[in-house]
Amino acid sequence: MITVNHLCKSYRIAKRNPGFTAACKALFHREYEIIHALKDVSFTISDGEMVGYIGPNGAGKSSTIKILSGILTPEGGTVSVDGRVPWKNRIEHVRQIGVVFGQRSQLWWDVPVMDSFELLKDIYSVPTPQYKKSLEELTALLHLEELLRSPVRQLSLGQRMKCEIAASLLHNPRILFLDEPTIGLDAVSKLAVREFILQLNKEKGTTVILTTHDMQDIEALASRIILIGKGQILMDGNIDSIKKGSAAIDETVAELYHSYEVV
Amino acid sequence: MKKYFSFFRLRFTLGLQYRVAALAGIATQFAWGFMEVMIFAAFYRGDKNAFPMSLSATCSYIWLGQGFLAFFATWMMDNEIFDSILKGNIAYELCRPIDIYNIWFSKSVAVRLSRAMLRCFPILLVAAFLPDPYGLAKPESCLHFFLFILTLALGLLVTAAFCMLIYILTFYTISPQGLRILFTSAADFFSGGVIPLPFFPEPVQKIMELLPFAAMQNVSLRIYSGSMETDEMKKAILLQLFWLFILIFTGKILCRRAEKKITVQGG
Repeated sequence: MITVNHLCKSYRIAKRNPGFTAACKALFHREYEIIHALKDVSFTISDGEMVGYIGPNGAGKSSTIKILSGILTPEGGTVSVDGRVPWKNRIEHVRQIGVVFGQRSQLWWDVPVMDSFELLKDIYSVPTPQYKKSLEELTALLHLEELLRSPVRQLSLGQRMKCEIAASLLHNPRILFLDEPTIGLDAVSKLAVREFILQLNKEKGTTVILTTHDMQDIEALASRIILIGKGQILMDGNIDSIKKGSAAIDETVAELYHSYEVV
Repeated sequence: MKKYFSFFRLRFTLGLQYRVAALAGIATQFAWGFMEVMIFAAFYRGDKNAFPMSLSATCSYIWLGQGFLAFFATWMMDNEIFDSILKGNIAYELCRPIDIYNIWFSKSVAVRLSRAMLRCFPILLVAAFLPDPYGLAKPESCLHFFLFILTLALGLLVTAAFCMLIYILTFYTISPQGLRILFTSAADFFSGGVIPLPFFPEPVQKIMELLPFAAMQNVSLRIYSGSMETDEMKKAILLQLFWLFILIFTGKILCRRAEKKITVQGG
């Protein structure tokens, strides 16, 4: 379903020392540093899998998600998602996927949630009966009845995140990318989101790729873990293979990061 | 096509929510309109034959310009679009089956249209009741009125297409400030926003009328009061269409190039 081969992506970052003199110098001569966000990343994910994509900050997780969802163009390597190259034919590609960026919002701030949903219905050209069905299902599973008519600016973060996730699934995508979906949520909302994702994967067979720093998310959701650090895949296996006896998951992962010297 | 229209509709209804902003805008535009009318009236008192347009036509020009300010003011740009580029929210727009240029274009037009809808009627109504020649006169003829509406719409599209270039160039420059100041002050001056184009010396005016800026408010506001000959009108409308095509074409090419080398700011 998803095949990634030798993927490379780098960013050019302007650097200078702090202070006035350095700022003046930078007027005439700018120093750039090339950061290799991804160096030769390869993996395959098959239909219906639920994969946790983990790694320390700046490891290249979000870059990978953005390439897979057609937003960024890589320098090298090949990607095939259901036979499509995401960045070659972005519009065709994104019709089939759902994306949630935990740190951003896709809902319109000043209007009721429902207005954003209706707009998404038209954007994805979802037929009305199918839209009604999806909406009903999502409303029931995520308990949204009370929220749909409130303006987004008056929702709590947890309420908003549930709406964000619903918004990404209205068109019934077969692949769902979740970039830190539980960031900043309280325990109740976290559990609700996790339970929903599990159910989605089990009942509809949606392929889920999830990045997070919350190791309990991974423990609860992902049967398979891909660990990335400094732009390279360090480990690809299931959660039990990294767990050591009764050690808490956070400690285990921290130890893993240290052993690979990625932090 | 439907998705762009839905987007347009939502942005338009959202724009109608901001009533206090509209009231403040109306007050400002009245003050500005009266000030301009008084300045021109003082000039005309000196020698009214020295001017290319009658005082009544000039006053109509001023009031229409104030009423439809939101159509043509290039400095009224959408900060949401700038933020989307600068803070990286464009990530969400890019993972939708939509064309970035088209969606931003319909958004810009919707914002301008909703702002003008809230503001133009009170201004034009009051201006119509002001004593002649200081108010808004009747249109020259039915045909002129029809052409006024047509060129008004074309002018709105040209203005939106022009602003699109500034949004898209922000992909390349990261900060919009410089471009914004440069382009908007040029546009205000060359489009006849400060003084109508016929008031410029003839050689200068000839060149100015060929620029894209003249395809914004200049055409419709002058057609309304009949200060354009038939040949001039034909030429002006063709130029509007020409510039609309060029601006959209350039914008789309730049946008496609920017999408390929995009960086989503802020992780």
